[in-house]
Amino acid sequence: MENNQTIEYNEKDLRYYAKVHSIETFGAVDGPGIRFVLFLQGCHLQCKYCHNRDTWDMKEGTYKSLDDIYKKILNYKNYITPNGGVTVSGGEPLLQVKFLIELFTKLKKKKIHTCIDTSGMVSITNDIKHLLTLTDLVLLDIKHIDSEKCKDLVGFDNKLELEFARYLSDNNIPIWIRQVLVPGYTDDEQDLRKLKEFISSLNIVQKVEILPYHSLGKYKWTKLGLKYGLENTRDATSEDVKRAKAILGIS
Amino acid sequence: MKFEQWNGFEKGDWQSEINVRDFIQRNYTPYEGDSTFLAGPTEKTKKLWDEVLELYKKEKASKGGVLDIDTKTISSVNSYEPGYIDKDLEEIVGLQTDAPLKRAIMPYGGIRIVEKACAAYDRKVDDEVEEIFHKYRKTHNDGVFSVYTPDIRAARSSHLITGLPDGYGRGRIIGDYRRVALYGVDVLIEEKQKDLDILNVDCLTEEVIREREEISEQIKALNELKAMASKYGFDISKPVSTSKEPVQWLYFGYLGAVKSQDGAAMSLGRTSTFLDIYFERDLENGTITEEEVQEIMDHFVMKLRLVRFLRTPEYNELFSGDPVWVTESIGGMGIDGRTLVTKNSFRILHTLENLGPAPEPNLTVLWSVRLPEGFKRYTTDLSIKTSSIQYESDDLMRITLGDDYGIACCVSPMKIGKQMQFFGARANLAKTLLYAINGGRDEMTGKQVTPKFAPITSEYLDYDEVMEKFSQMMDYVAKIYIKALNAIHYMHDKYCYEAIEMALHDKDILRTMACGIAGLSVVADSLSAIKYAKVKVIRDETGLAVDYEIEGDFPKFGNDDDRVDSIAVDIVKTFMNKLRRYPTYRNSKHTLSILTITSNVVYGKATGNTPDGRRMGAPFGPGANPLHGRDTNGALAVMNSIAKLPFDSAEDGISYTFSITPKTLGKDEETRVTNLVNMLDGYFKQTGHHINVNVFDRSLLIDAMEHPENYPQLTIRVSGYAVNFTKLTREQQLDVINRTIHERI
Repeated sequence: MENNQTIEYNEKDLRYYAKVHSIETFGAVDGPGIRFVLFLQGCHLQCKYCHNRDTWDMKEGTYKSLDDIYKKILNYKNYITPNGGVTVSGGEPLLQVKFLIELFTKLKKKKIHTCIDTSGMVSITNDIKHLLTLTDLVLLDIKHIDSEKCKDLVGFDNKLELEFARYLSDNNIPIWIRQVLVPGYTDDEQDLRKLKEFISSLNIVQKVEILPYHSLGKYKWTKLGLKYGLENTRDATSEDVKRAKAILGIS
Repeated sequence: MKFEQWNGFEKGDWQSEINVRDFIQRNYTPYEGDSTFLAGPTEKTKKLWDEVLELYKKEKASKGGVLDIDTKTISSVNSYEPGYIDKDLEEIVGLQTDAPLKRAIMPYGGIRIVEKACAAYDRKVDDEVEEIFHKYRKTHNDGVFSVYTPDIRAARSSHLITGLPDGYGRGRIIGDYRRVALYGVDVLIEEKQKDLDILNVDCLTEEVIREREEISEQIKALNELKAMASKYGFDISKPVSTSKEPVQWLYFGYLGAVKSQDGAAMSLGRTSTFLDIYFERDLENGTITEEEVQEIMDHFVMKLRLVRFLRTPEYNELFSGDPVWVTESIGGMGIDGRTLVTKNSFRILHTLENLGPAPEPNLTVLWSVRLPEGFKRYTTDLSIKTSSIQYESDDLMRITLGDDYGIACCVSPMKIGKQMQFFGARANLAKTLLYAINGGRDEMTGKQVTPKFAPITSEYLDYDEVMEKFSQMMDYVAKIYIKALNAIHYMHDKYCYEAIEMALHDKDILRTMACGIAGLSVVADSLSAIKYAKVKVIRDETGLAVDYEIEGDFPKFGNDDDRVDSIAVDIVKTFMNKLRRYPTYRNSKHTLSILTITSNVVYGKATGNTPDGRRMGAPFGPGANPLHGRDTNGALAVMNSIAKLPFDSAEDGISYTFSITPKTLGKDEETRVTNLVNMLDGYFKQTGHHINVNVFDRSLLIDAMEHPENYPQLTIRVSGYAVNFTKLTREQQLDVINRTIHERI
């Protein structure tokens, strides 16, 4: 039985409202199986290659209630239950951790697989710890294994995200590592070797994915009247991906 | 009845009456395995297929894509001498005319259409034929136009109702071609004689007379069928025995149909599992190998790919790409819980690999959540590779249609041999809405088309007022529509009766009056805009509403938003109920489809600006699809919106055309297959009825448009059928390219 009791939501109560960028009802590349992907609004990083530049500003987006989002997800139960689930992406979803705790609590009651697509660039607060107990999988986008280069590329060094990875590993939370392959930025052989070393020090990495950089998100920067930081960077080719995979020792 | 050809088969009712289903149920072998048993093409198959490809090339290079026309012979079941591609190589024989891809003339539907078609390809109908059909023999087309009332003519010429089969064969009738193989023609004739005896009654009412005449025509056609087969060296009077024969006999039955009728859709039925029974018997006896069985199926399918009709350029605009709708329904579940998937269900799909992709036959998988996993994976894998397969919900249709129905044309289910339909094209509901606003004046010409209704005169559209007037206008359209269809089908029965197809039906059958609607998503979005945003009317100096300004946002169909989806559901139910108010020819049952085929482009062209912001002349969404670009929540939201449309009120089918890029479907082949299987399971659990699955990149289509010579077999699914992409008109190609192709970057 659904709980039909209506709760008086406070617009500002971030447990019951999320700032949403958009939803994608059919996601097949953000976790296993068919995913209902919830893109939350707001991100504190400034990745030069970001292909969703319009998700950064916390003032944008639309408030959606927990109930609405939860009900919407259930509309797709017939598609996502066999071997898929829900992926929360962004933006940086962990900025809305309180909301996610409520949502994932409900989803876990329905035995729906939960997944977070994050940079891990947050402090591990009690809320984060709580959320991770409700999370079946984390897609962890390692921005850069070299701290200096990381800062140049995304505006933050990589201390927090490496700690985050370590925390996942220590608590046996399954991880898919993702690395955006940006020619000239993240494809240095030494860096990739360092990344491989780091990954192998983690416990429960189920998959390592290389996401080839492309400039298809550039128009979003232009639309917002912003200068694109990687104007002279070419798209990563399948050859680049092959090379990176070889270095990382993955197929 | 007793035949030695039936040795080894399980006995049953099928031996004492015409009952193909009983024969199948007692004798077929469900197959739950995977595709590893399949065999590749034989040398003979490759050689023959190469010859067909050569013929295709010549056909494509000919004017209008028409290789040749026999302008002299009036086509019928037995009016042609035998024709071959390459006699020594052909395992299955028989062509519509005496040469492959040579088109026949079938003037019973209408002589003018035939003349027009011939002229379009620089040919002229033989003088004698012209004389006969102008001077002595009335046609279906003549009949219809001699009774059409002025209101029908007005609705027709203003494109309120279009695509009506009043100048071409109606089609969408499936003969039970399996009967020819199982019983042989003599038994079928005997049974028809018995029907005549039943009709030997005291009072010859009009109804009895008509039926007696029809059955006599059927018997005549069955005799012609025998004669036609004997020209090819086959005696089909008795049941078949070996493996090749059932395919050959069944094909002769179908061939008889496509020699005598050029109906809009000439579908095959549900034949592959039936044929499997014979293959299994011979495989078990060791008299045939898997390679040989596949060779027979490959050759059979090659023949189906050669079926051609002579069409006018106007017809091609409506239904582009030279479609025939040789629809074959595959798989599904039996009502006893066993799957109807057999090895031969795999084999017919496998022709897409052995011969390469092609639009015909129109391969239609009857999907059930309970289909064997191996079959689900095989067919979805082929979908991903070829974009040539459509899926329809067996779980939905089995409830009312049992387990021996087939799909005619695109989405129309009917019990094989027990049901037929009166095809009724479609009413343009978007235009109907505009007429409601303009009091029956046409928004493009300003002409008063319907009787004068009071137009809406307010500056902003009021939802309740629009709905009231829309309801009245739908009433009017429903009335005219049924009137037109009654006239058409009366005359079609009279002047262009499908004797051989109906000979392969029971005496007492269910007839449906299959109406249709176009522009559903345009109407739903328009009403949603009026309800949830503000819509200001722009009128010309004569007071005619010619454009609309929308202030604010509104929910759009295709986003799983109940606010607008419920409007779409209501329209379907309301229009269906309005149709039901008008009596139909031969007491046929009213049904409705939401299907446009490729005519969404033509309908759009004939429709002015609509209150949802769609511009004058822009195409509608095909079938039940949302308007291009209006769906912003991904593929599954679209599926959920469409699945809400009630099959109960649209029993003639609800068509959805879905396109996605390979990368969006999944990262690797294995994952794509799994995702597509789960997607289809989910869609059909949501009670979706039909889906065309296309998997390709837009860039591929653009390249094919520029360099067609590199893509001779590129096949894509459009509304309800598949088409060779390079055979579409440029306009149609652009429409396909501009449609939503689900993609994640």
